[in-house]
Amino acid sequence: MESISIEGTTKTPSVKLNPESGVIEIKGRSIPENSIEFYRPIIEWLDEYAKNPNKNTTVNVQLEYFNTSSSKCILDIFKKLESLKKARNEVKINWYYEEDDEDMLESGEDYESIIRVPFKMIEIVD
Amino acid sequence: MQFDIDQYYSSMNSGEVILAYKGSISSELITNVLEVLDAKLEDLITQKRIKKKLYNVLVESLQNLYHHIDDLPDKTDGKFDVHFGIFVISQTQEGYKVSTGNFIQNDKIIPLRQKLERIQSMSKEDLKRLYKDILYNQDFTEKGGVGLGLVDMAKRTNGKLNYRFTDYNEDYSFFNLEVFI
Repeated sequence: MESISIEGTTKTPSVKLNPESGVIEIKGRSIPENSIEFYRPIIEWLDEYAKNPNKNTTVNVQLEYFNTSSSKCILDIFKKLESLKKARNEVKINWYYEEDDEDMLESGEDYESIIRVPFKMIEIVD
Repeated sequence: MQFDIDQYYSSMNSGEVILAYKGSISSELITNVLEVLDAKLEDLITQKRIKKKLYNVLVESLQNLYHHIDDLPDKTDGKFDVHFGIFVISQTQEGYKVSTGNFIQNDKIIPLRQKLERIQSMSKEDLKRLYKDILYNQDFTEKGGVGLGLVDMAKRTNGKLNYRFTDYNEDYSFFNLEVFI
């Protein structure tokens, strides 16, 4: 299966999906008015990946901003990862937030409380 | 009394205005405004935490505005541009204010007012619970939203919202929402 690499824009994050290393990275801003289109290929890739996943999957989410439309798509990604975990694969989510950005930390904690995958909150210090 | 948009617009322009707009609201406009404001707020606000909070509220309120404008029927008069809306971002004594205005069909007022009243009366913990509940259980609407915009803004600002509905005619009113950061 192929890896995916999407460059970031002012409204959408950079995305790297690597099936060999099992590393998934979402970084930047996610504020499109309608995020379904943007996230569809990522969700589809995860469905494919789940058929033959790496033993360890690591997800790095490092977002500066995201809107409520994206929050739903991010949850959909996390739900896919939850299924992967249920199928006895190792999955961990690293949630990065900038120093003092309580809102972003809180968003990570909100996800952590509804998704059964281990989260690690990582503070980025300037 | 007849609704006077110019008077209304000037009443929204209180405090030290950072950016004010009145006219047609399009997706491109919102995108451009958000880009301009990103740079402007970076210069204006030294506290990164406040800048981020304000920018998040801006994204949500402008996208909410764009999605929820009800267009007046053409026959009303030619006074208003297509997809007419207003937004004003200003600095107040306490912080910052994001104010948006749009026409709304009168039959939507009661449910919106109820939602706003409910959100305003909620504690931070209740808002968090409601947010997670909608996030987990709600599907996308046809507009690509999830009905989370107001709850998200209330959660970020501890419920510091104001709103008013002003009569326009028998079918439409003008809705003004203010969010304080």
